Amino acid sequence: MMLGGANLTLAGRLADVSVTLNPCEMTVICGPNGAGKSSLLGALAGLVMPDRGSVSLQDAPLRRMAATARAQAIGYLPQSAEVAWDVTVETLAALGRLPWRSGAAADAAAVQAALTALQLEPLRSRPLSQLSGGERARALLARVLAGEPRWLLADEPLANLDLAHQLALLGQLRALARDRGLGVVLVLHDLAQAMNFADRVLVLDRGALVADGSPEAVLTEQLIGAVWGVPARWLGEPGARALLPGCVTSGRGP
Amino acid sequence: MTRLNAWLLLALAIAVPLSLLAGRVWIDPFDPQLPNAAVIFAELRLPRAVLALVLGAGLGAAGAAMQGYLRNPLADPGLFGIAPGAALGAVLSFWTGWAASGWALPLFALAGAGGAMALLGAIAGRSGGVLLFTLAGMMIASLAGALMSLAISLSPTPFAMSEIVTWLMGALVDRGWADVWIAAPLTLAGIAVLLRAGRSLDALTLGEVAARSLGIDPQRLQRLMIAGIGLTVGAGVAVAGIIGFVGLMVPHFVRPLTDRRPSSLIVPSALAGALLLLVADCLCRIVPLAGGELRLGIALSLLGAPFFLHLLLRLRRELA
Repeated sequence: MMLGGANLTLAGRLADVSVTLNPCEMTVICGPNGAGKSSLLGALAGLVMPDRGSVSLQDAPLRRMAATARAQAIGYLPQSAEVAWDVTVETLAALGRLPWRSGAAADAAAVQAALTALQLEPLRSRPLSQLSGGERARALLARVLAGEPRWLLADEPLANLDLAHQLALLGQLRALARDRGLGVVLVLHDLAQAMNFADRVLVLDRGALVADGSPEAVLTEQLIGAVWGVPARWLGEPGARALLPGCVTSGRGP
Repeated sequence: MTRLNAWLLLALAIAVPLSLLAGRVWIDPFDPQLPNAAVIFAELRLPRAVLALVLGAGLGAAGAAMQGYLRNPLADPGLFGIAPGAALGAVLSFWTGWAASGWALPLFALAGAGGAMALLGAIAGRSGGVLLFTLAGMMIASLAGALMSLAISLSPTPFAMSEIVTWLMGALVDRGWADVWIAAPLTLAGIAVLLRAGRSLDALTLGEVAARSLGIDPQRLQRLMIAGIGLTVGAGVAVAGIIGFVGLMVPHFVRPLTDRRPSSLIVPSALAGALLLLVADCLCRIVPLAGGELRLGIALSLLGAPFFLHLLLRLRRELA
């Protein structure tokens, strides 16, 4: 099931962005602040209506789809990790079943599978207020997975996580794409994480899509210099890259 | 959850018969010497108890839904300007003198509630956003409050003024079956509407954007909230005046006993609200007061304001 946007334009946010995303891949959207990353993700999720252009899921335009059908296919994890009430991990995950009316047994099975996949089984009856940041992030992801979506769109899922939990969460997301055939789309700020984990990187600059391809091909030192205005150098091997910013390698200033 | 409902129903089953015995005149069920005990039961105590149950259930359910909608444990159904709108309608019925004919007062109040609901829908309806909705509600509340004060200050006779002020305090004194027939169908319809909003309110736990990503239609939810709160609160004000704090306090007591989802809070809050209002009304009847009965609205505010302060202090500690 492909997810594609054609000529997406939104005043001041997006300028004629066209992109087709594939399942089984982890796609990362990068760009400086205000480049339109969240707007693109929101438009792909069917939550932001573009002024022009359209998003389609397997050739069906998203805006014609019923809201519940869209919600069954596309899971969305917003940037703000707010949960208004101090529910348990299991209750939180069960909220992901809201688009479905599939009966208690199917709901329980899906919630169980999501909790197992994210190793949340021992915490299932723990209220959210008693979780650490990493556990909370996993619980929120379990909510999306319990909805059994074909696509998982997450806006900066690594915010407020320490390095170990960032790596663990990225590994889990990549496994979901590779092993379960989910289409995973993330907005990330950390270019090294994008470099090491993404199958495909989209770079936005002032609302326009300026680069699209494999991370090694896209996130070059020249492009980082041009788009972010920061001279930077990659260290390490492919798959274990680190970005050293601020060191001028080719005589170009910001 | 269902066990909680069973306990609340049991408590109601005990409280209702006791409430029928309590009052200015105590009735001894084993020795019914009182000559007009049957009349007191059937025409005074029973309608009053039914009204307390119905209004309490409406306020409890409205409070639970409201806190779920605003994602705020300090929200009260009075916030949206529907109660002040209904009160304004009632005040106008006194002001014009129509209140003297039995049915006019509740009709005016319901018209006021309907007006406030329509205004709320017209202002906030397009976007479906919660923030605009709340601000519009508070604006309507202060407008209705100002118009009410204007009506009181311009009231044609001192008698009308004292009538208005007394009525505004909220009470169930001397209410009869006619009031039950007005309030009960509307309140029950309102609770049914709020129950329909349950799933959407659950989704809203995750914030407005996540709720939309779960397929929730914010405009439909807003319509359900306006209709549900309008029916429950409007019907309550129409027959009993303003009774505050039930909708704030009850969901708080009930929430820790549930799984904390807004949808699983609505029914137990309705039952607990019915219980609270029934007991509070009995206490009002029993407490000896020189000038007559303690007004129910005053009693609940006396209880509620310190409770609200306690909540604020606890929240402050949690945030610190």
